[in-house]
Amino acid sequence: MMSEQTNATSHSLETANLIQRFLAGEQSVFHDLIRPYEQMYYRLAFSILRNEQDAEDAVQQAIVTLFTRLDQLKEPERFKQWSIRVVQNEARLLWRRRRQGQYESIDDREENGNEISFRGPRDFADWRDLPSETVEKREIHAALLKALESIPASYREILLLRDVEQLNVAETMEILGISEATVKTRLHRARLRLREALAPTLGIPQPSFWERWKGMNPWSPARR
Amino acid sequence: MVTCKTIIGQISDYLEGNVSAEMRETIERHLRGCRRCSAVYDSTRKMLVIMGDETIFEVPEGYGNRLHSFVDSLVAKAKSSTS
Ligand SMILES: [Zn+2]
Repeated sequence: MMSEQTNATSHSLETANLIQRFLAGEQSVFHDLIRPYEQMYYRLAFSILRNEQDAEDAVQQAIVTLFTRLDQLKEPERFKQWSIRVVQNEARLLWRRRRQGQYESIDDREENGNEISFRGPRDFADWRDLPSETVEKREIHAALLKALESIPASYREILLLRDVEQLNVAETMEILGISEATVKTRLHRARLRLREALAPTLGIPQPSFWERWKGMNPWSPARR
Repeated sequence: MVTCKTIIGQISDYLEGNVSAEMRETIERHLRGCRRCSAVYDSTRKMLVIMGDETIFEVPEGYGNRLHSFVDSLVAKAKSSTS
């Protein structure tokens, strides 16, 4: 915990230092500035555009914006959130251009009515040492992409930020421009939706599955 | 009596350790006795482990190189415009 905090602090100090050097005319430090986040940029753009070439184009476009507007960033320690938001905006823009009017947005009404608040950062460390499952990684990947495609874009985005990139709630709020309560409820709904979408492919039993067999004798003549 | 709906509604918070000790106890007791909810819990947990594995979402080969050559071109352009 302690070292994580220290790392985060020294990291934002380094970012501030790089930005200062960039603004003083040493533009080549831009390479180092984006390096920690460039994979995240791609994954985020891809999650929105679902096309490799488009995702790279959107990231490049965002890079131009970051490069030319860095002097407008008031708080250097917010570079991470700011840059992610720029990438997201560029990707959404391209997505709209690609598919006019087809950008799904979920109804905000769906998100009201859950007031439990989020506390503290998460620790997924102890979830990682699960034994590998029978399904191959490539199959899991394909299933996951397919499932992600089937859910609303806003769900896809929040899952990517929180569960793939493991950004904290504050960062997610800032990037998506939504409240803490909305981050929480949207994430919860997104997880349940993705789980449902993933269930048939990964052989995960669904509630409806159990419902169907409830009280039924699997060897009854009616089923033969 | 706590309903399955209530338990499912708490799954995210429970997975993240963001529930009170009392709620945790309630959830765990329910999960032991409810096959349906424990299936939802197990699969959600499994799904989150998979998503947290960043090798699942790989970037295309050469992406980093292309990106940094592009940055090089921006740097060069900036240099030529100031000098
Ligand atoms: Zn239940």
